[in-house]
Amino acid sequence: MTSLLPRRARRLVSLAEALLTPHGVDRYLELVNPMLVRREIRGVVTDARRQTADTVTLTIRPSRAWRGFRAGQYVRVSVDIDGVRRTRCYSPACSQHRADGRFELTVKADPHGLVSRHLYRTADRGTVLGLSLPDGGFTMPDRRPDRVLLISGGSGITPVLSMLRTLVDEEHGGEVTFLHYADGADDVLYREELAELARRHRGLRVVTAYTATGDGGDLNGFFSAAHLATAAPWYRDAQTYLCGPKPLMDSVRDRYDADGLSERLHTEEFTPPALTFDAADAKGRIRFAHSGTEFPNSGKPLLEQAEDAGLSPEHGCRMGICFSCTKVKTAGQVRNAKSGDVSGEENEEIQLCISVPVGDVEIAG
Amino acid sequence: MTGLQDRLTPEQVEEFGRELDDVRRRIVADLGAEDVRYIHNVIKAQRGLEVLGRGLLFAGFFPPAWLAGVGALSLSKILDNMEIGHNVMHGQYDWTRDPALSSQRFEWDIVAPAENWRHSHNYIHHTFTNILDKDRDIGYGVLRMDPTQRWHPYYLGNPVYAALIAVFFQWAVMLHDLEFDRIVKGERTFADAKGVVAKMVRKASRQVGKDYVLFPLLTGPLAPLTLAGNATANLVRNLWAFGIIFCGHFPAEVASFTEEETENESRGQWYLRQILGSANITGGSLFHVMSGNLSHQIEHHLFPDIPARRYPQIAGEVRAICEKYGLPYNTGGLTRQLASVAGKIVRLALPWVGEPREPGPRPSRLGVENQPAAA
Repeated sequence: MTSLLPRRARRLVSLAEALLTPHGVDRYLELVNPMLVRREIRGVVTDARRQTADTVTLTIRPSRAWRGFRAGQYVRVSVDIDGVRRTRCYSPACSQHRADGRFELTVKADPHGLVSRHLYRTADRGTVLGLSLPDGGFTMPDRRPDRVLLISGGSGITPVLSMLRTLVDEEHGGEVTFLHYADGADDVLYREELAELARRHRGLRVVTAYTATGDGGDLNGFFSAAHLATAAPWYRDAQTYLCGPKPLMDSVRDRYDADGLSERLHTEEFTPPALTFDAADAKGRIRFAHSGTEFPNSGKPLLEQAEDAGLSPEHGCRMGICFSCTKVKTAGQVRNAKSGDVSGEENEEIQLCISVPVGDVEIAG
Repeated sequence: MTGLQDRLTPEQVEEFGRELDDVRRRIVADLGAEDVRYIHNVIKAQRGLEVLGRGLLFAGFFPPAWLAGVGALSLSKILDNMEIGHNVMHGQYDWTRDPALSSQRFEWDIVAPAENWRHSHNYIHHTFTNILDKDRDIGYGVLRMDPTQRWHPYYLGNPVYAALIAVFFQWAVMLHDLEFDRIVKGERTFADAKGVVAKMVRKASRQVGKDYVLFPLLTGPLAPLTLAGNATANLVRNLWAFGIIFCGHFPAEVASFTEEETENESRGQWYLRQILGSANITGGSLFHVMSGNLSHQIEHHLFPDIPARRYPQIAGEVRAICEKYGLPYNTGGLTRQLASVAGKIVRLALPWVGEPREPGPRPSRLGVENQPAAA
């Protein structure tokens, strides 16, 4: 009997799809309640708290198509601002084993950030957000390393905090150090929870470093070899996971390179990796139809070329993950700088930031 | 020199183009949450009417319920095809980046597959508007809709073919993309049409499946009534859409063009052709919504990718620009425009009506000596 039910339910769903063609069941269900959708992934905010002056922490209950995430991954979050859907990537900060199936995002309001400021100002209980399946390879191996060093700065805390909470839930038996950089005590996200976790778990050490105030932290000032030696003297034997602002990422990476440990350092890139393209080979002309702007192809990605020509297309990550700069290409061929694939399909949606024109290209937007 | 370019001096054409570009820029800069709220409300109304119509047909044994059901379903299909489908698929809401409003993903409640239609309509018809031998919407490759089309005894049936197209409009729109006339002429092979046909078969079977099989079956003993109801709703939509669309380009004073006339067009000249080749229909705001704002065909052809709710807002300005440059702004009530189209369909069935094209250049019908049609 139990095996019959899902089949019967499946049949009902396909009947409903056949009756509601061409729009599909979701387009009707969402008019009753946006969270009833079956295929699309959405999330409703069940709790919003502002733990520091410029951040908001959201608890989100995802719709039924959600399949969970692995600590360290990110999801694409979409909101409509002035009628336009904007998408940005955020990493859940909670354990991947969270029992109620919800997850937590902490968003820092960047003074220039359209989406982060909007979420900080308006997100509240009941707000519905668009979500994607989780993505990203910044994760721990299934067989957890014995020694784990988690380094973060500012709002880069979220993916590594997710790792920490996951390890705690798994009752990880080895040594874990959580080294976090913030301007000062008031800017430390999850300060009390981190202290509480450190009290309760043997083998876990939480070290906070204050970069602006110069005192009051476990450590003070910017990252240095001395910090590393103090916080995790065993870092050479550990796997290190790092996420934070570019200067922090760079200095940690330099240190690990100097020590010949770059294999043991794993980073979440929130800055674009260097893309390879050849300006010497560039041919053809680029046309942005909406504005009527036309210019010769310089061989750089379309987003940069558009900006060089004085246009300001909407964009986000500039590295091909957030899909904010997606536009319809009406004609021509582009090479995906990430995959190297060349595609020449008419009216296909491309990401400007990682699409390099091959010859004449026309963009609709 | 040909007439299309002669109407205004090159400087005037450029200035005229700039004025229209300004109108466009202003509207584009103003797009926002209000436009999204509007289309979401139309979608809600359409889905609501659809569910209501389908529901009422379950009580189709009771004549008022059947009539109300057919009415609601007809309105739903009209809204879906015209104010929602046609406009969304033009990319009018692509700027919202909402996948549900994306021109590339939207599919409408009609047998013609969105993808085929987008090519023949958005590209061919809107680029080559009213250019003979290029714009396949002139008579749909079946009718004689222009005096310069050479007469053939076949065209004696012009009114009959037009009536058939009206009654079976959704199928006509679907088959239009097959370009059957070009296959007959040998300009296109069946192999070329294979991909297009596969999409038609898939889409049409889904549409037929729900309207003529599944919903009738679900109503059990009422199946014949439900089937008749769904067929009537499709018919109502067919007649309405045919009427609105034929009024857009074929009333008597609307111009058509030759390929030579339109070579190397500037943006201003393209705008000019769109204005001369389109006609509006006057009416109230509900009428405009039900026509998908194609009652503002002129504004739509100038700015096909601007949300249609904006057309009535800019109509006054566009008309003033036309007057300033002495250009016709063809508009009239539905009855007048329909009568004008019907007259044209009947007249052009006759061999002695028309002006066969001579080989080589010919004097244009759009020369400066023509007085602007009374607007």
